[in-house]
Amino acid sequence: MYDLIVVGGGPAGLAAARAAAEEGLQKILIAERDGEPGGILNQCIHNGFGLHYFKEELTGPEYALRFVRMIQKTQVEMKLDTMVLDVRPDLTVSMIGRAEGYQVHEARSVVLAMGCRERTRGALAIPGARPAGILTAGTAQRYVNVEGYMVGRRVVILGSGDIGLIMARRMTLEGAKVLACVEIMPYSGGLARNIAQCLHDNDIPLYLSHTLVDIRGRDRVEGVTAAKVDDLKNPVPGTEFTLDCDTILLSVGLIPENELTRKAGISMDERTRGAYVFDNMETTTPGIFACGNVVHVHDLVDYVTLEGERAGRAAAAYVNGGCGSADARTIALRADGDVSYTVPQYLRLSGEDAGSVPVFFRVRRNIVEGTVVVRDGDEKVAAFTRKHMSPGEMERIALPLRLLGRVRAGELSITVEKVAS
Amino acid sequence: MDRDVAIIGCGIVGAAVAYELAHCELDVEVIEKENDVAMGTSRANSAILHAGYDPAPGTLMAKLNVEGLELAKKLCGELNIPFRECGSMVIAFTEEEVEELKRLYERGVQNGVSGMRLLSGREALKAEPNLNGETRAALLALSAAIVSPWEYALSLAENAVANGVKIRFDSEVTGIDRLEGGFAVHTASGTVSARCVVNAAGLNAERIHNCVAAPSFSTLPDRGEYFLLDKSEGHCVEHVIFQCPTKVGKGTLVSPTVHGNLIVGPNNETPRDASDTATTRQGLDDVAHMAKKSVPSLNIRESIRNFAGVRAATDVDDFIIRHVDDTPGFIDLAGVKSPGLTAAPAIAKMTVALLRECGLNPVEKALWTTVPRPRRFSEMDADEKRRLLARDSSYGRVICRCETVTEGEIRDALRSVIPPRSVDGVKRRCGTGMGRCQGGFCAPRVVDLLARHYGVSPVRIPQDRSGMYLLTGETKTGEALECTI
Ligand SMILES: Cc1cc2nc3c(=O)[nH]c(=O)nc-3n(C[C@H](O)[C@H](O)[C@H](O)COP(=O)(O)OP(=O)(O)OC[C@H]3O[C@@H](n4cnc5c(N)ncnc54)[C@H](O)[C@@H]3O)c2cc1C
Ligand SMILES: Cc1cc2nc3c(=O)[nH]c(=O)nc-3n(C[C@H](O)[C@H](O)[C@H](O)COP(=O)(O)OP(=O)(O)OC[C@H]3O[C@@H](n4cnc5c(N)ncnc54)[C@H](O)[C@@H]3O)c2cc1C
Repeated sequence: MYDLIVVGGGPAGLAAARAAAEEGLQKILIAERDGEPGGILNQCIHNGFGLHYFKEELTGPEYALRFVRMIQKTQVEMKLDTMVLDVRPDLTVSMIGRAEGYQVHEARSVVLAMGCRERTRGALAIPGARPAGILTAGTAQRYVNVEGYMVGRRVVILGSGDIGLIMARRMTLEGAKVLACVEIMPYSGGLARNIAQCLHDNDIPLYLSHTLVDIRGRDRVEGVTAAKVDDLKNPVPGTEFTLDCDTILLSVGLIPENELTRKAGISMDERTRGAYVFDNMETTTPGIFACGNVVHVHDLVDYVTLEGERAGRAAAAYVNGGCGSADARTIALRADGDVSYTVPQYLRLSGEDAGSVPVFFRVRRNIVEGTVVVRDGDEKVAAFTRKHMSPGEMERIALPLRLLGRVRAGELSITVEKVAS
Repeated sequence: MDRDVAIIGCGIVGAAVAYELAHCELDVEVIEKENDVAMGTSRANSAILHAGYDPAPGTLMAKLNVEGLELAKKLCGELNIPFRECGSMVIAFTEEEVEELKRLYERGVQNGVSGMRLLSGREALKAEPNLNGETRAALLALSAAIVSPWEYALSLAENAVANGVKIRFDSEVTGIDRLEGGFAVHTASGTVSARCVVNAAGLNAERIHNCVAAPSFSTLPDRGEYFLLDKSEGHCVEHVIFQCPTKVGKGTLVSPTVHGNLIVGPNNETPRDASDTATTRQGLDDVAHMAKKSVPSLNIRESIRNFAGVRAATDVDDFIIRHVDDTPGFIDLAGVKSPGLTAAPAIAKMTVALLRECGLNPVEKALWTTVPRPRRFSEMDADEKRRLLARDSSYGRVICRCETVTEGEIRDALRSVIPPRSVDGVKRRCGTGMGRCQGGFCAPRVVDLLARHYGVSPVRIPQDRSGMYLLTGETKTGEALECTI
């Protein structure tokens, strides 16, 4: 019997295990299907990790290594090459591994930290031929950074997610020609710093409000047709132009990897495509917690780590009998207007007054000079101003517990308003 | 003569003929243009084993559909080919369509279809709650089934090869000469001489026919486009749901697949040429629109893949299965449009009969080896998994995470009688890359396994057909960057 089983050894899982160990849990297992821990960080050989958490700029593998070292100092057990097949609501976890075969373990608590996967061509129904040379940016990143092979010579990037932007730069450095980055939305899906450093610095044009309307080629991609789209995202006839490329990299979004979560019968939020969670990262199934990209897609690993730590501490409290007291009051957070979702979706108030609860969310469009407003019915509870918000960047507010104690309704609404000029 | 029989094309029809002939003391070779089995229409269709009420009574299509269905089910059972007898429903929205259902029922009776029943709208909705509430009636056909078409063709070809049939891949037939007592079939990889030739070249059957005889039919390629939806939608319907057939075909259907997904399509449109399997925005929009008429709540956003297949329709409104006039020993299996997948084993039996008429006198082999499709790891229960893993730890390394396909299964495929030679070849055999991430995770690992197995650089491993290269060279550093921790 384990005190805690963590599914996934990426930054979220590593942070959760470490925090739980610090809280005194003895028997902790991390199951990771890859041959090494670190998750997606292992293929991110660029700088830009850890600015918030470590106050220095690390590469992905360096960031992961720090946590692996910390874990090695604890008693946490790590099973690599081990894939979890099932998590049951009664907290039994089945897994297969090369070394130990098929195993079923019981646990007192479980943390889900499976990360996310990339959206594919099929999810977008991009019409045209189906030759080789169409792949997701993350897969390309793996071929180039981990396997040492190039995936193309003349590249068009569809979507402006961070992985696509980073691969635009990487492919250019490797001698490929990146012809364009084509984004259907009127704004970029990635971080502003990546637009500047990966596209602008390499003179790669970014076509906003554009999409691909055709792909040509029999064996290998021979070219694409791009076109402008209208407000309803329909291509505008007459605006088509062709790009003569042999490769299309897709960076059209990430989807939390929640097959295990669904199978376990845990309630899911359609908007985040992750589990509904309380402020301590507990799901609607007692004793099962979730953190990191499996809950909602993060852009900075530092926040993944913090979320993982919260989940790990809460799992420890749960095992030690100190969490989710029956008389705690639950308040739902409702994303309204230009706020597309919130994580957590529920707060559980146990009467504590000190400190605050972090709430993460994304906005639906670019907003300059906006105020994030939290309301209890008609009454404004809190407001936070921001110079600039965009869908590509995750937003975070800290709700003081002191204010929450006074909330009357069972629900708080979170919206964004334009600052009156 | 090198061979008794040369079969041109290894789609479901060529494979079924090879399977049938493998039972006889004959020297048979299959000649296939691509690098694997089922690279043409046989892998891009609706995957339905039709009940047989559609084709006009008296046609070869009607006869061979009904016969083929029974044979196909038997084969699928014997060879462990994924199939499911889920039954089909044709639904009607108007009075005229209700009349059409009655005609279909009558036709079914004439064609010898069993297990049909006319349902009221209420009965249909009770069986399929997600159907359009305006459904007035339905024709239920219990005998219809779904199948994995490429595993079906592969399995027949594998069993043929295991019993002595030869296959040569990457060997497009470029010309045929008549010889004394046979034919010289010229291919991209050399010439094969054979006493008899079976033309099972699908969309290219007309061209092959015209190599030896005067043109007698012309191909009218007709493309159908599809959506394949995520397994989360796989139980949206339990039967194959058709709308009333129109002049051009059986219309857009919504159906579960044997792999647990939902398939939605096809439409009918004229492609640029027979090899044009591109999808179009208009076509896909039409399919989505049509399908929503059957199942209004259809969640097309859960699409994981689109594809298109081209029907080998001809100006003859039936299958063309016959000796070519004045060319004894040359048999056309042309115009094999829908229900060709269903009819294939019956077409094969008919072909053997035609070969007998050519003077070939096949004697049944005394010995036969059956090679069933291997059971997938993901289908096993906990005990089976445990036992297998105790025996061989390579079943503990998961290569495809969406479909839980293990290294052991891929290794078994690489050691099978027709080993895969591309990433998609592994996909057809083992199911890697079939899931929601569409190979994003497993493709690099599959490339690696293939490259090691064949002892070549990963750069040489194609996505699918030979020439569909994935990688364009090594990175500047050449070496893989070490990211080990
Ligand atoms: C290309 C790219 C560039 C980025 N750049 C930056 C950047 O510059 N700066 C920054 O701060 N952040 C960056 N990020 C974000 C950050 O890396 C991610 O948000 C973070 O890695 C997510 O951590 P995670 O642990 O939730 O998921 P992951 O890192 O994806 O880890 C999940 C782990 O779970 C394992 N797993 C999944 N299912 C199972 C199962 N069933 N059984 C066992 N194991 C399982 C997986 O193998 C994986 O190791 C980037 C992300 C990407 C993809
Ligand atoms: C959209 C669509 C939906 C369908 N749905 C169904 C259904 O649900 N149920 C059903 O029963 N039927 C269905 N069909 C019909 C069925 O798919 C076909 O009848 C069947 O696949 C035909 O098989 P085949 O072996 O004749 O052709 P193919 O599978 O096309 O095989 C022909 C082979 O010949 C090879 N070849 C071609 N030229 C040469 C050459 N010069 N040299 C060497 N080799 C060559 C090709 O590479 C190919 O492998 C559908 C068809 C389509 C297009």
